[in-house]
Amino acid sequence: MTTGLLKAAEPAADTRSIRTGRPVRTRREAPAGRRTGRQVIPHIVLAAFIVYFALPFWWLIVASTKSQQSLFDGKTSPLWFSGSFDLFSNLSSLFSYSGGLYAHWLGNSFLYAIAGGLGATVLSVLAGYGFSMYGFRGRRLFFAIVLGSVMVPATVLVIHMFVIMSTVHLTNTVWAVILPSMLNPFAVYLMKVYTDEAIPSEMVDAARVDGAGEVRIFARVALPLMRPAVVTVLLLSIVGTWNNFFLPLVMFSNPQLFPVTVGLGALQAQAQVNTGGQSLWNLVITGALISIIPLIVSFLTLQRYWQGGLAIGSVK
Amino acid sequence: MTQTAVAPPRQRSPRTPRRRDMVGLRRARWGWAFTAPFAVFLVAFLLVPLVYAFVLSLQNTTLAGGTSWVGLANYVKAFTDPLFLDGVWRVLLFAVIMIPAQMLVALIAALLIDALTTRFAKISRLLIFVPYAVPVVIGALMWGFLYSPSFGPAQELFGLVGLQAPNFFSDSNVFGSLVNIVTWQWAGYYMIIIYAALQGVDPSIYEAARVDGANAWQIALRIKIPMVASSLLLVLVFALIGTLQFFNEPQMLRGMASGSITSNYTPNIYAYTVAFSYHQFNYASAIAFALGLVIFIGSYVFMFATRKRSGLMK
Repeated sequence: MTTGLLKAAEPAADTRSIRTGRPVRTRREAPAGRRTGRQVIPHIVLAAFIVYFALPFWWLIVASTKSQQSLFDGKTSPLWFSGSFDLFSNLSSLFSYSGGLYAHWLGNSFLYAIAGGLGATVLSVLAGYGFSMYGFRGRRLFFAIVLGSVMVPATVLVIHMFVIMSTVHLTNTVWAVILPSMLNPFAVYLMKVYTDEAIPSEMVDAARVDGAGEVRIFARVALPLMRPAVVTVLLLSIVGTWNNFFLPLVMFSNPQLFPVTVGLGALQAQAQVNTGGQSLWNLVITGALISIIPLIVSFLTLQRYWQGGLAIGSVK
Repeated sequence: MTQTAVAPPRQRSPRTPRRRDMVGLRRARWGWAFTAPFAVFLVAFLLVPLVYAFVLSLQNTTLAGGTSWVGLANYVKAFTDPLFLDGVWRVLLFAVIMIPAQMLVALIAALLIDALTTRFAKISRLLIFVPYAVPVVIGALMWGFLYSPSFGPAQELFGLVGLQAPNFFSDSNVFGSLVNIVTWQWAGYYMIIIYAALQGVDPSIYEAARVDGANAWQIALRIKIPMVASSLLLVLVFALIGTLQFFNEPQMLRGMASGSITSNYTPNIYAYTVAFSYHQFNYASAIAFALGLVIFIGSYVFMFATRKRSGLMK
């Protein structure tokens, strides 16, 4: 089912499931005439869902165009723009706050996400291929540990990783976040399942008979076939690291190293206690808006990859 | 898991057993070579912290007496600590309410976008999924603003139907406020999983049911839901593991809901507080480990009981 679903998620690529050979439904195949009449209620329910799921985004966009004062004065609706458009002044005070700290946070998030995501992808592609293609002593136990590790609560690991990291003097360095982020057991599971389905062992045997070495088979035969899953795993690992909050929260005390999630959390906590003096709420709001744009854009542009990835994990 | 990959390759010509052993040995070495880099990380960042946590949980450290072995005393303390048990009870309550809420929204949305073939359904699929792309912390932050009496729209929205907006941060309401945040954040992800499974069902089954006179409701309830039962179970396991580890959302709301979310609101928050505010790493380890044990046993028993349907433990 795996490969079929990967394909099914790509709208126009291929309308047949590879494994079963039966047609995968597409929009065009819908019987004509079903669109009208009886489908009003389902559309209303969907519209209600959209309002619910989009409401926070709409509020955030509106609020980021308001000045500190008009956020609180109660003269304009929280769900509609005020007379003046202050997005750009909010942006400039956001990026000039505390000597450009916010730009640091964004840069850190990119660094951790890309380094951690690339590392996790390389490790899980190699491991997934190894688990799938070779029988070796201890393989079953090893793979059972991989599956079980998904269930280990983050606190157990992170609190003690902090103690270990601090004994080797790695807390408050970028490695404290990048190295643990490279461990992604779920990605290994996805790659193994995908490799099982996508690479026929006959093909690998044929390459062996032709005298190709194992490394060459992996690089020239297997890797091109694994590409869709590699991109999916890369995307999911990057997103996972970008969204991580607990690990950097524990590892860093230096605000210069914060990723944007921890930074905004700290800024919000500060805004909370700041009754007088400089108010920070418009910075928190604009900062939240900027921080979600990269991920939403990447999800919308690369949708076929993440959909395929979620499908691999689910149906197997 | 498919076993084809491990089965020894079919031999073209008969070979002596000795030679096959050699081949097997070489293969095994390559298997380890490919999995070794991952194994190093697994040991360094999973097994070592885990073992270390376990060792710490069996010890006690005092300023005066240094470190001593205390056996299971920390666990006895945890399971008789009303603050810890209070948190465990609360996450179980969250599991009972939050998981069905998320699954219901996800299932309805998936069935609708699967049944409707319009462009609107396609757009809905994207929009409902988008919250998953938002970091959990930022999602909680956004809802914190929406709940806020000073700049949230709640008063306006409730005013439309002539009601007074509730205080979302009060002791009794904060539970529901958290359920709402989690549902908003995760329902789209679960919807995609269920939707992918629905797309994998052979549509000729629906045609046959339609010919037999089944209406859309019956097809959804009697055919579609049973056909995607395995993905529903998977969603349930994911949601269960996530709920028992509940941390980020309540931690983010703590500042705004001063007082309602206590330092033992969930076991994870409690472990975090004990470790970093009270510096009792031994007791924090025991709490975290006890929670991990509960999660592990719980999900393993659950998956074992349903293994035929979910296929996860094949």
